[in-house]
Amino acid sequence: MKRHRKVPFLHVAVDLPKMDIFLQQIINGLVQGSIYALVALGYTMVYGIMGLINFAHGEVVMIGTLVTITVATTLIKAGMPVAVAGLAGLSSAVLACMALGWSLERVAYRPLRNAPRLTPLITAIGMSIVLQNVAMIVWGRNYLTFPHLLPKVNFEFAGAHFTAVQVMIVVVSGLTMGGLVLLVYRTKLGMAMRATAQNPQVASLMGVNSNRVISAAFVIGSALGALAGVMVGTYYEIAHYQMGFMLGLKAFTAAVLGGIGNLAGAMAGGILLGIIEALGAGYIGDLTGGFLGSHYQDIFAFVVLIVVLMFKPSGLFGEKTGDRA
Amino acid sequence: MHAKLSVVALSVAAALALGACGKKEEPKPVAAPAAPAAPAAPAPKPEVVVKLGHVAPMTGPQAHLGKDNENGAVLAIEELNAQGIEIGGARIKFELVPEDDQADPKQGSIVAQKLVDAKVHGVIGHLNSGTTIPASKLYSDAGIPQISGSATNPKYTQQGFKTAFRVMANDVQQGKALGQFAAKLGAKTVAIVDDRTAYGQGLADEFRKSAEAAGIKVVATEYTNDKATDFKAILTKIKSKKPDLVFYGGMDAQGGPMAKQMKELGIKSGFLGGDGVCTPEFMKLGGEATEGNYCSLPGMPLEKLAKGPEFKDKFSKKFGVEIQLYAPYVYDAVMVMADSMKRASSVEPGMYLPEVGKTKYDGVTALIEFDEFGDLKGGAISMYRYKGGKLEYVETLGGDAVGAIKEVAAEVKDAAKAVATAAADAGKDAVKAGAEAVKDAAEATKAAVEKK
Amino acid sequence: MSRLLTSRSAFGMLLIAALLIALPFVAALGGQAWVRIVNFAILYIFLALGLNIVVGYAGLLDLGYVAFYAVGAYTYALLASPHFGLHWPFWVILPIGAAVACVFGVLLGSPTLKLRGDYLAIVTLGFGEIVRIFMNNLNAPINITNGPQGITLIDPVKIGDFSFAGTTQIFGISLSGPQKYYFLLLALAILVIIINLRLQNSRIGRAWQAIREDEIAAKAVGINTRNLKLLAFAMGASFGGVAGGVFSAMQGFVSPESFSLIESIMILAMVVLGGMGHIPGVILGAVLLTVLPEVLRYGVGPAQMAMFGKMLIDPESLRMLIFGLALVLVMRFKPAGLWPSPERKRELTGGS
Repeated sequence: MKRHRKVPFLHVAVDLPKMDIFLQQIINGLVQGSIYALVALGYTMVYGIMGLINFAHGEVVMIGTLVTITVATTLIKAGMPVAVAGLAGLSSAVLACMALGWSLERVAYRPLRNAPRLTPLITAIGMSIVLQNVAMIVWGRNYLTFPHLLPKVNFEFAGAHFTAVQVMIVVVSGLTMGGLVLLVYRTKLGMAMRATAQNPQVASLMGVNSNRVISAAFVIGSALGALAGVMVGTYYEIAHYQMGFMLGLKAFTAAVLGGIGNLAGAMAGGILLGIIEALGAGYIGDLTGGFLGSHYQDIFAFVVLIVVLMFKPSGLFGEKTGDRA
Repeated sequence: MHAKLSVVALSVAAALALGACGKKEEPKPVAAPAAPAAPAAPAPKPEVVVKLGHVAPMTGPQAHLGKDNENGAVLAIEELNAQGIEIGGARIKFELVPEDDQADPKQGSIVAQKLVDAKVHGVIGHLNSGTTIPASKLYSDAGIPQISGSATNPKYTQQGFKTAFRVMANDVQQGKALGQFAAKLGAKTVAIVDDRTAYGQGLADEFRKSAEAAGIKVVATEYTNDKATDFKAILTKIKSKKPDLVFYGGMDAQGGPMAKQMKELGIKSGFLGGDGVCTPEFMKLGGEATEGNYCSLPGMPLEKLAKGPEFKDKFSKKFGVEIQLYAPYVYDAVMVMADSMKRASSVEPGMYLPEVGKTKYDGVTALIEFDEFGDLKGGAISMYRYKGGKLEYVETLGGDAVGAIKEVAAEVKDAAKAVATAAADAGKDAVKAGAEAVKDAAEATKAAVEKK
Repeated sequence: MSRLLTSRSAFGMLLIAALLIALPFVAALGGQAWVRIVNFAILYIFLALGLNIVVGYAGLLDLGYVAFYAVGAYTYALLASPHFGLHWPFWVILPIGAAVACVFGVLLGSPTLKLRGDYLAIVTLGFGEIVRIFMNNLNAPINITNGPQGITLIDPVKIGDFSFAGTTQIFGISLSGPQKYYFLLLALAILVIIINLRLQNSRIGRAWQAIREDEIAAKAVGINTRNLKLLAFAMGASFGGVAGGVFSAMQGFVSPESFSLIESIMILAMVVLGGMGHIPGVILGAVLLTVLPEVLRYGVGPAQMAMFGKMLIDPESLRMLIFGLALVLVMRFKPAGLWPSPERKRELTGGS
């Protein structure tokens, strides 16, 4: 049912966007954005402490999804109840990713602490390729289906449809992010991390073991990545060895949008990115009379990023730090 | 700096040497499961090894289809070798030279050049239109016949290359049939989604033309890409326009999740797609959301074709997996190539190329004849419905479909006649009666087909 | 430059010249595919040297360099193919392609001037993707790029009646298409290298290095950082544009799939792996990273057969895995690159 309203200042009757569709897009964006936010946190934590863009983080997420599939599917086939299989899958993924993140740091990045800035970046790219191909060898080239772990419950609100899975994603993401904030601002480890991020030399002078802090950042970031991976799997119910690349890229964009190195920025950036993409794909076509449309949806995020950075060169919440050499 | 120059010279030499080690290797052939030793028979006949190149994406999102293609080719080659064919006085052993182009046009060209260098006698492939088209130039320049079992983009055969052939209907024919079928389904409005690849966009454009010609209104055109997993944004927009049908031009890896998300969003529209989503993979990825939807495949359904069920049987016995999509076409492509060589009494590309164009081969997928462009004559398209995790045949549109069925019916009739004659000769009345019954049945089929 | 004319270095240069002239014929022993691979290696040398100006000299982390490659390729394709029916000669189109790429370089560089290191990276990455997606979609309402189908039947390079495609006989030697292109590319490469050398040792080059080391200090001594950064982008882009044009002509076909983010990343890897800011290092990086995957393509299968008697793992899967490992290992043991400039080496071994 189209609703025509006379909008003041525009002396034409305008087709106001139907509220149910608009709400639906917001929900779509919020869910997708929560996933981006979880992954973005992994990037931002590492960057904040080390100044390194961990290109391989997207692949860590992918490994989390694939490990969950293997563990959960095997257990379900063996007759275990779905809930148990799901939890086992989740824990295996988190453990596997934590181990992976820790090894990545130890083996690939630690020896390069004093190397020129771009060297660890290329290493990260190399590890990303390695992980993708290992996944292809182990799990095959085909798309894999994620087992049904949650009951399929559909809700409807004001014409917008959403599922139990979507609710779970938003809630769990929110709780996790809250937990992370608590960790960073209320615990000793968190304080050590913030100190190292602010000024590594002084922090180590004050007795902070920078190696442990850095390892912690990687491990925690990877755990969050694993959680995000399980959510992606539950939400879309498919997984593939190349799924981490695009996801990682978008999440990193979100982290930069919010101000890289800033936790609140990563969370806000992630959610904002999801919503921008959803609204962009949904409405740009109509707004530009069909010239731009959903075929450009992959670059809306970048366009917004560029515009934001032009006015706030350090991102939405980024502080203007002095130039570090 | 000058000392380093000698180092540079040495490293260039080293790089050359490194490359030389690799260069001398011939592309790894997939040997037939027979032992590498030549047949033990002390036959005086010389044995000629005929190398056929096969290119498809063996890694990447479409690797499952690439493997399927390769399986079809391997099956064909084994059967040919088992037949012990002789051409031009020599025993022929076919060998497959498989290559991976990763669905990337640049890799496709590199691999094509590699095959040209290896002096293959023919090329089966590639799988994707996007790689087949640039590669076809290389094969044409080298005069190597190329038969694709899966590249449906019309441009492939419009470039004017004498060496380019395909054994299935192209997207012009497929899009047209899909548009007509959409009208038959009673859809008055349709939303079109394509995945912005050469295949998806080409098919969607042809569908649009045909649908609009059939009086269907296109209420939304949305896009995605061939790596996406989330379609909720565009589907929500489509939902707001309330189309009767959603058409997707793209592959199963996206189509499956798309169908699922449509259901999650409460979209009531039907789903229609082309050969890219007409696969078991689509049903696996889309789950119950795929039930009751439709898709198309070039050619006739295997079960209805004379040799279809037999092929399916052979395939699953050998590989232990279902046919994904194009394996039967690739199988036919290899057979057509071998058949052309037989007719020309030569395996040299220059000699048997003219024979390819004159092919009239009764394959698994269709009676294969080529028109002057290298396209399949007739080009029937069959529509299927997803039911219970399997594809259920609905009907066939376009091309010489009717003719093909007539041919089959005619063959059955001839066979029945032969039996009847033999029975009459042998004096077995019962057999004669039975044969007459078969003959009547064949006539009935023919009449029914004619009525159609 | 006078150091280069001692007898020792003259001999070295003659040796190299001889090797370079012999190269396409030696490569052809393994098949024309190898000549093509060598040609691609030279193409990537152009690209790596171009990116080297932006990343190596000026210190601007550009992750979207492939955009200029794409622009150059499409410019050539649009001006020399049946698509618009234009068939201009290559010596007109290549400079146009370079100029168009230059303009894009300035366009893409302008919004990044105020950005710090890694923000710059993601913005340039974004631009790379934006260009690619526009190429993929500009087929409606007016068909400019023909969308995902790409542009086919692009004219090969022609000088008068002499076409670079197909085989011709010259002085009794048979030269194939790829071999002719090799010599064209070699000539262009020498030009590109000379331009780079001049840039590196000029005032502009030194100003770039000053910006790279410490932008604020550079500003303080009066260097116009804004203009110089834009110049870096523009010059780097122009090399990409030229490379794109030749790529178009050689391949006869362009489509947006060839200009993905992975390409930008690969080119960056070539620069860093080879030795950022050091011309011979960058050349080495480009050659290695182009040739290595192809050597692996030919070699992995037979190597497995020789070592294990059967295929343990699909050669295709193994190929890229080894490639990734190679990147990691080289960076681990040679963090400044395989062949860094002598100053860099001193910086790193003398402690940071």
